[in-house]
Amino acid sequence: MTHTPTTPWHEIVLETLKANDIKLIVYVPDRVLTPLIKALHADAYFNVFAATREEEAIGVVTGAWMGGMRSAVLMQTSGFATLPNALASLVVPSQIPALIFVSERGTLGEFNLGQAMVCKTVRPVLDSLGIENHTVTRHDELEFILDRSIKQAFATQAPVTFILSPLLTGGKVFAK
Amino acid sequence: MSQTNSKPVGLHNAKTMSRLDLTKRAVAQLKKDEAVIGGIGNTNFDLWEAGQRPQNFYMLGSMGLTIPIALGVAIAQPKRHVVALEGDGSLLMMLGCLATIAVQAPKNLTIVLWDNGAYQITGSQPTATATTADLVAIARASGLANSNWAADEEEFDRMFADAINGGGPTLIAARIDSEPGVGKTDRDPVQIRANFMRGLGVKR
Repeated sequence: MTHTPTTPWHEIVLETLKANDIKLIVYVPDRVLTPLIKALHADAYFNVFAATREEEAIGVVTGAWMGGMRSAVLMQTSGFATLPNALASLVVPSQIPALIFVSERGTLGEFNLGQAMVCKTVRPVLDSLGIENHTVTRHDELEFILDRSIKQAFATQAPVTFILSPLLTGGKVFAK
Repeated sequence: MSQTNSKPVGLHNAKTMSRLDLTKRAVAQLKKDEAVIGGIGNTNFDLWEAGQRPQNFYMLGSMGLTIPIALGVAIAQPKRHVVALEGDGSLLMMLGCLATIAVQAPKNLTIVLWDNGAYQITGSQPTATATTADLVAIARASGLANSNWAADEEEFDRMFADAINGGGPTLIAARIDSEPGVGKTDRDPVQIRANFMRGLGVKR
C-alpha cells in the first residue's frame, strides 16, 4: 500500500483490514475510534455494528470465525478490562484468532483516575494469558504491525491485541 | 409465524417440561445440518445426550456468550439455520445480546431458552425468573417480537419447526423441571471447535 505520512491512521487500519479479508467489525464505541468507526460504516465492504458489551463482541467474532468469516473487535481500555473470563475460557483455549483493537486511554494525559487505573491492567492480563500484543505508537509502523500480526493470528490460530496509543491516535484531549 | 403476542400462555401457566426430552425433540427436527450452540452446564449435557452431531458446538466456559456465538455463526453462514440453547441464568448475564439481535435481525437464528428459575449447576440458587423476571417479556421489549412461551411439548415442537423453517429471529422459551443434565461433554475446547468447523464445512 502507498501510505504517506499524512494518511490518517484510521485509513491505514481500514485498508489493512480490507486487504486481509476482515469483513465483520463489532465494536463498543470509543471517542478516539470514532473516525475509524465512521469510515467503516461508510464502506459497504464491511458489516459493522455495535455490541452492548465487549464480551458479547468477543462471542460474535468467535462464532463468525467458526463459521468461516474473518472479523475484528474494537473497544477502549476500560472495555478490555471486562474481558479476562471470555479470553481465558473461550478465545485462548479454543484457539480463536480474535483481532482485538484497544484504543488506549488512561495514559499520556488522562484526566479520569478510573481510566488511569484500568489502563494498568491491560498488559498484565494479556501477558498472563500469553496473548500476542503490540502497542502501536508510530504512524510509519502501523501497517507493518497490523498486516504481519493479522496474518500471524490466522496462520497460528491465536488471538492478537493492538493497543492504539495516544501517540498514534492523538488520544482524548485533557479537559480544561 | 403462528405464535403471536396474543397467546395467553406466559411464564406462570406454561407447563413444566423436561429439558432432555425437549432437547431430543428439537434435535430430531434438524434435517438440514443446522448449527447448534449449546450453553454451559446442563444445557450442554442434555445436548450431548441427545446425540452428538458435527454441527454442535459445546461452549465450556464464558457463561453468557452462547447467543452471541450463535449470532456470529448466523452472520457468517446466512444459508444455514443456527440454534442457540441457553439457560435462564446465562441469559440474565447477557440481556443486551437480545437487543443486538433485534437490530441485526438475522433470519436464520433461533434462540431456545430453558428456564428452571435456578442456577442449577452451582447448587440451584434461585434466579430472578423464579419470582419476578419474565425473559419472554424482556426479549419482546428488546425488539424480538417473535418470542413466546411453549405451552406444552406439542406446542414446542410446532414452534421449533416454524422457527427453523421460517424467518427469524425467534425466541422459544420453555419452563423446565429441576432434573440435572444427563450426558457429559468432552472437555477439549480445541477438538470441539475443530469438529464444529469441519461440521460447518469451514476450512481454516
